Amino acid sequence: MISKPKYYTFADKPGDELLLDCGRSLAPVTLAYETYGCLDDKKSNAILILHALSGDAHAAGRHHPDDRKPGWWDNTIGPGKAFDTNKYFVICSNIIGGCKGSTGPASANPATGKPYGTSFPMITIRDMVRAQKRLIDHLGIEKLLAVAGGSMGGMQVLEWAICYPDSIRAAIPLATTARLSAQSIAFNEVGRQAIVSDPNWHGGDYYDKKQPTDGLALARMIAHITYLSDESMHKKFGRRLQNRDNYSYDFITDFQVESYLHHQGESFIKRFDANSYLYITRAMDYFDLSAEKGSLKKALEGVKARFLVVSFSSDWLFPTYQSKDIASALRKNDVDVSFCEIASSYGHDAFLLEVEQLSPLVSGFLDSTYKGAFS
Amino acid sequence: MKNMRYDLQLIASLVENGNHVLDLGCGQGELLLWLTEHKKVIARGVEISEEAVRSSIAGGLSVYHGDINEGLADYADNSFDLVILSQTLQMVKNPRMMMDEMLRVGKRAIVSFPNFGHWSVRLHLLLQGRAPKTTSLPYEWFNTPNIRVLTIRDFHNFCAEAGITILKEIPIIFSGPCNGRVIRFHPNLMAQYGIYMLSGKNH
Repeated sequence: MISKPKYYTFADKPGDELLLDCGRSLAPVTLAYETYGCLDDKKSNAILILHALSGDAHAAGRHHPDDRKPGWWDNTIGPGKAFDTNKYFVICSNIIGGCKGSTGPASANPATGKPYGTSFPMITIRDMVRAQKRLIDHLGIEKLLAVAGGSMGGMQVLEWAICYPDSIRAAIPLATTARLSAQSIAFNEVGRQAIVSDPNWHGGDYYDKKQPTDGLALARMIAHITYLSDESMHKKFGRRLQNRDNYSYDFITDFQVESYLHHQGESFIKRFDANSYLYITRAMDYFDLSAEKGSLKKALEGVKARFLVVSFSSDWLFPTYQSKDIASALRKNDVDVSFCEIASSYGHDAFLLEVEQLSPLVSGFLDSTYKGAFS
Repeated sequence: MKNMRYDLQLIASLVENGNHVLDLGCGQGELLLWLTEHKKVIARGVEISEEAVRSSIAGGLSVYHGDINEGLADYADNSFDLVILSQTLQMVKNPRMMMDEMLRVGKRAIVSFPNFGHWSVRLHLLLQGRAPKTTSLPYEWFNTPNIRVLTIRDFHNFCAEAGITILKEIPIIFSGPCNGRVIRFHPNLMAQYGIYMLSGKNH
């Protein structure tokens, strides 16, 4: 499947700015997105996919036939797959604050002509969703068949269901939470500190200088550990040494797991911006559905969509109890909610890897949603 | 309907078109799927087995992966027309709590269970002196999930003490997986299973 990056620019006229939770506004705004499949005549078969922290709009397919890797969810989006592009029009939207074609700290500030850097306003998950709503309106879609996503994508799914209850029929939040635990905030902070401690960070003003790549790579290494599980790391690396038979008795890379993490850091810095990492992890920290109304049950009172909530047993970053809290609060509101904890040893990454287990749930759920709405 | 297990056929016959139905321990969703298709019910299930939950969600049902022994606290009073507990009462840790919860959440409950008072069970214990093992109770004493041993007469007493009204009693025996008949005489002795429609004090 060949896919093309697309861009939508809005808030470029006076009075049309995107108003943000922090009190500031953003204008103009560009959102990168991709689409797969065809929108039907009634515009009834559109599904919006939302990505996680380090993801982007390139969810499936290849831009060029010889691209080494396809989109991040190519195993789940495509002809005959869970999000079947033979039946559905699948849209993947990027986020504001990102660095993959959308307006973010690396974008030019119209007031100065230079990159925003840390003068970029603090964005929230709700702000991301507000921008995405403009894109969906622009595509002429009144009601999405479903919104789906894992991790931070799942946070956006929940925000969609609450902010735009009449605009979606179904919601699929995977491996996610209604608010991060103190432990997860702690990991985000350590990652941010790795970046701001890098002498090349320069207060975020580094776009015309050397980038804080050491800090960003370190942040990624830390985060990557949180995406795995004890069991999966043991299976994948164990205590095996990298290209050697004996310890080096030095601080070079001895173990396979060390080499792997370094490699993860090195690839990440080629495709991600350090300031974006600061802004996006902060948005995740601030996300707390129960804060405004005092309880998760109250926060979900107005939702009209039906839900499929899924968690994965070895995910210790977004543990099952957090998905259960969401599902239980939905059930208390008499929402049509299905919930399943899938046994997996892959940790938080499971939502990307457990295709065989997850796909039948997603297809069955989407199928019954469509039939329920249109037959 | 004739392709469904006999006891489920009888349970299905007790459901009215358009009912809101909650099936506790719904398995792969066979009953709920039939009811959704043929009686246009609004169906919800709770099930403890991940494999069964995945299968039923894949089949289009709304199912919640959970342990019914934890109760039904998330469900509001009278939010269902019918709450079904099919072939599961004998596995429940706290049957009294379960029944009270079912009749709080549902206007009516349907409960079915294997009858330990059936003559084959009594005969087995009498003649063999060993824990009963029959076609309806095929487990060994050390691997049986059936922790509550009850007869039809036990169930009648239980309901009377709990203030539960038996609206319908359907004692049955199987003659094949999808066939059987209703027992009219001496059900405590002659029925392999009991199927009941119940209502609580407030109804």
